[in-house]
Amino acid sequence: MCGIVGFMARDASVRSGLGELVVPMLTCMGERGPDSAGLAVFSDPLAGGLRRYSFYTADRNFDWTGFLSQFAAETGFSSEIEAIESHAILVSAADPATVQDWLSGRDDPVHLLSAGRTIDVYKDEGHPEQIARRYSFTGLQGTHAVGHTRMATESAVSPAHAHPFTAGEDFCLVHNGSLSNPYSIRRKLEKRGVRFETDNDTEAACRFLEWRMSEGDTLEQALEKGFDELDGFYTLLMATADKLVLVRDAFACKPAVVAETSAYVAISSEYRALAHLPGVKEARIFEPVPEQIYSWTI
Amino acid sequence: MDNLIPLDLARMSVRDLNQYLHHELPKEDPAVRVDILNPNGMHNIAVGLDSPAKIDIRGHAGYFIAGMNKRSHVTVHGNVGWSVAENIMSGSVRVKGCASECAAASGHGGLVVIEQDASSRCGISMKGCDIVVGGSVGHMSAFMAQAGTLVVCGDAGAGLGDSLYEAVIYVRGKIHGLGADAREEPMTPKDLARVTELLIKAGLPTITAGFKRVASARSLYHWHADAGQEY
Repeated sequence: MCGIVGFMARDASVRSGLGELVVPMLTCMGERGPDSAGLAVFSDPLAGGLRRYSFYTADRNFDWTGFLSQFAAETGFSSEIEAIESHAILVSAADPATVQDWLSGRDDPVHLLSAGRTIDVYKDEGHPEQIARRYSFTGLQGTHAVGHTRMATESAVSPAHAHPFTAGEDFCLVHNGSLSNPYSIRRKLEKRGVRFETDNDTEAACRFLEWRMSEGDTLEQALEKGFDELDGFYTLLMATADKLVLVRDAFACKPAVVAETSAYVAISSEYRALAHLPGVKEARIFEPVPEQIYSWTI
Repeated sequence: MDNLIPLDLARMSVRDLNQYLHHELPKEDPAVRVDILNPNGMHNIAVGLDSPAKIDIRGHAGYFIAGMNKRSHVTVHGNVGWSVAENIMSGSVRVKGCASECAAASGHGGLVVIEQDASSRCGISMKGCDIVVGGSVGHMSAFMAQAGTLVVCGDAGAGLGDSLYEAVIYVRGKIHGLGADAREEPMTPKDLARVTELLIKAGLPTITAGFKRVASARSLYHWHADAGQEY
């Protein structure tokens, strides 16, 4: 069992309070997933050639200022960094390959969680309530967000195994369920040069969809192929720079509920995680049907 | 109105609420009414009841609402999550909105009314309860249903009545596929009377035109030693 949550601010006035609305959703779903949690928050695209990079390291006293100056000195990109304990967001004109190459040449265990013009990702071990507090999720602002609370069933509990998973730029995915063929998907993708970071089943789904998009599919087209390729149980919630997308497997084994108002779209595994949202009693509330793609654009 | 007891889940836990409903309500007084406020999607509200009280849940509720119900009449003024009225023994459970998966799963008796849609696996393994759905039901509804009646005023999803025993299903709308061993059978006057009776009980319009009867072909009942001898 895991919990998923998603939120899209349709009304611009909701964006400044995004974190305050999403944290109770995540905390409530902590009952479905107390091991670890994560949150991806999307905001307006950075101007010019700038990108945002989210990093994680286990060391809560990590020297992020030193990290930044080494990055600037060794890559030639003067950048900015904003850090809280184990987590940092770097804003830089460097492209993702440069950042990844630079990171892989270092000794310290700093992991790149996400890259893109709109996405920041946080994930860590522990109860979702603690994690939300550790990284001050209530203060987060943005256009949309995707969160996950994990109860691990098939691979280790670690920040790297927590969701959201990301691949490419401005794309993330959270999953409630379990896949039965992640290794065969992985073998197919590795032959095509796709690199994996964990042995987690969800990472296979995330990289499969991103691979399809890199081949020219829209996310919706990639999901149509995913229905044939992914074997197992899943409610998948995904986000791109301007979209939230939700699907359930053919048997609808894992739950999901959607509440839509003129101000927001809110998604969760269970209604109780939505009960605090303003105007939810008057919202259009529905349960997504199996193998149908639900997509919302900002 | 003297017998109306308000219980507010914003001020008490579900456990305390259920303890109250189990131990403090008069056992034999059908005039007792309980209003449960602020359900806010919480699970296990009003489970295991055994008194003739009328219980109103004012808002959307979570999983296993009114599970194992005996004699009580529970109405949810909103939607419910998975497994409402699971294993109902008697009495009635009414959902004014929609129900998620497994509504009335393995229900032994009593009446379950979902006024709008019920999701997949509605009436799975039902054992004698009656279910009336004002809207549509999702896939695999009445899977392995053993006894009782499922009335669906809207459409039924794929795999309806898979591995059905002696429960009978009536569907007014489109059937998007029958499960193994389920078959459509002619509607008799007795069937029409049964549908009418249940629609009246459910308080839904008694429009019986278009109802189809689905029951077991009984071909899975026995092991056919001669079938598929390819070993």
